[in-house]
Amino acid sequence: MSDHSAAAERWRRLAAEAAESLGAAEAPAVAALRRAGLEAFAAQGLPTTRLEEWRYTSLAELAAHDWGLPGAAAPEVTRDLVETLASPVFACGLLVFANGRFVPGLSTLRAPDVEVVTLAAARRANDARALQRLGSLVDAKLHPFAALATALLDDGVVIRLTAGARLEQPLHLVFLSEGGDAPTASHPRVRIEAGRGSQAVVVQDHVSLGAAPSFTNAVTELQLEPGARLEHVLLQREGPAAFHVSNTAAQLERDARLATHVVSLGGRLVRNDLVVTLAGEGAEAMLHGLFLCTGERLVDNHTFVDHALPRGTSRQLYKGVLAGRSRGVFRGRVLVRPDAQHTDARQSNPNLLLSDGAEIDGKPQLEIHADDVKCSHGSAIGRVDENALFYLRTRGIDEPAARALLVRGFAAEVLAALPEPALAEALGDAFAALLDAP
Amino acid sequence: MNEAVLEIEGLEASAGGKPILRGIDLVLRAGEVHAIMGPNGSGKSTLAGALAGRPGVEITNGKVRYRGEDLLALAPEERARRGVFLAFQYPVEIPGVSNNYFLKSAVNAVRQHRGEEPLDAMEFLTVVREKAALVEMPKDLLARSVNEGFSGGEKKRNEILQMLLLEPTLAVLDETDSGLDIDALRIVASGVNALRSAERAMLVITHYQRLLDHIVPDRVHVLAEGRIVHSGGKELALELEERGYAWLEREPVSAEARAR
Repeated sequence: MSDHSAAAERWRRLAAEAAESLGAAEAPAVAALRRAGLEAFAAQGLPTTRLEEWRYTSLAELAAHDWGLPGAAAPEVTRDLVETLASPVFACGLLVFANGRFVPGLSTLRAPDVEVVTLAAARRANDARALQRLGSLVDAKLHPFAALATALLDDGVVIRLTAGARLEQPLHLVFLSEGGDAPTASHPRVRIEAGRGSQAVVVQDHVSLGAAPSFTNAVTELQLEPGARLEHVLLQREGPAAFHVSNTAAQLERDARLATHVVSLGGRLVRNDLVVTLAGEGAEAMLHGLFLCTGERLVDNHTFVDHALPRGTSRQLYKGVLAGRSRGVFRGRVLVRPDAQHTDARQSNPNLLLSDGAEIDGKPQLEIHADDVKCSHGSAIGRVDENALFYLRTRGIDEPAARALLVRGFAAEVLAALPEPALAEALGDAFAALLDAP
Repeated sequence: MNEAVLEIEGLEASAGGKPILRGIDLVLRAGEVHAIMGPNGSGKSTLAGALAGRPGVEITNGKVRYRGEDLLALAPEERARRGVFLAFQYPVEIPGVSNNYFLKSAVNAVRQHRGEEPLDAMEFLTVVREKAALVEMPKDLLARSVNEGFSGGEKKRNEILQMLLLEPTLAVLDETDSGLDIDALRIVASGVNALRSAERAMLVITHYQRLLDHIVPDRVHVLAEGRIVHSGGKELALELEERGYAWLEREPVSAEARAR
């Protein structure tokens, strides 16, 4: 049996045990979700590089670990620790999760127009209303890791912004993972429902503690009702032994505006699937990504923007910086359906290679089935501009500092698009520190 | 005689495998401003590149001493920290790096070499505002990315601003007048003149005489096919303006040019 199928089998058993061990008090909605997830996962197994979608990203290392569920004892998490590891965001609400489980003692919420239901609480209360909407945007039958997360559904959060709600400050979700004695996997779920005309910034911040392997398999759903404006920031700043797979799906109704920012500055292997469906007329989606790979790390970003209805606008800017012997993947697919006339879709993926040993596979993909649209895409691979390097050196800046300055300059465009300047600055520093690390 | 700031002796250099400089001899003393004039392709920019350490300019023969030290042995940043400054003919655009941050990094790199404390953000702001006013540089250009989207004149003003901030001992201005209208030329020249002093030497490289109306040189050298073919006082620039360069190429190299 290959590592992949052995790992898939281990997970299947784990999920089956989880399904059986459900107490009588468990919400029936959860049991149903888990069963469906288990079936979908069993049907798909762990993806291999033979699949086009996973061609450049081998899961052999992930499969080699015997991932367990988080133990009953949650990691020791203090407010200080959260403030040290997480990005500084002056937030109207802070929700902390340790190994995927909500930590009420560290969480605060000061926003009246936001309804927050943790899945643990929803399960206890058998809150079918919150539970039944889970998974409506991420198809577990198409995404094996979403299926796995559903089969092992544990905790997470459903956030609902009431119609017209305006959050003055971001809502900050911190997910802290700690490997512990045995490799530990968590499968957190986030669902954000932005009611009609509401406005918010949500920062989903993943960090890790300690050197033991950890695996985060996150599923995030963003539902934007007509006219809603949502900025979603996904930060991945885990340690070098962390694996992270994320499935994020967004659905935009009429005139809704979404901006996503995916900043990957850590982890051993990171795979992000982001699916954005413009399901209403005049919807607008801005997708920003920045990834820095050092050493032998791999970051794989797959985006899919689905223009289903007329007058949609989408912009994608993903920038990759690759050093050492690292690997990067960007695959950006844009689909313009026959009804989506007057679509304006652009995609850009410039990459900066800092060493001969690094590699990036960029694959933009446009599928256009409407005739009156504006679409463009571009993927480029470059190196540090020698002319600019010389210019900086003639001003007394030594070569390593000049290189670092140019690389940070390359990243600045994506960081500048972040909703909070303080966040951009902190991530710029984290970016520079990672670049500088041996 | 004043201390020699720059001594070039038999300098030969090639670029892209092609010989460009074929034996340059030149001495600049403290307090002097020399102009290098010459037609396109005569080697003016290669000379500037050789002095600043531009990659791709390969020194094949000769010596360059800067205040008695072997300049060619130094990396570009080491030259800069010791007081050598090159104003670029084509200043480079650097997206994503704010001009302010860049200028502060440069100033503090040079200060550190001189054993001075780095300027903090407030101290730097005071200095940069004062110098920026000298070159009539709009404030927003400090907040923008280095040279990105600057007009030709703004780029050149930014070069002179850097020179004013770094206070070099040897300034090499490579066609700083190219692409400037008369107002910008006046501003740039007044920035350069503000820096003229008994301790500094300047090498002003230009194709046209008009810059030298504003920055009056002590000596003018004519560069042709990689050699200094003629040297003279400031009036030589006017003569070149009237007669062009062709007549020089037919005359033998003056004894004076050889001697210098």
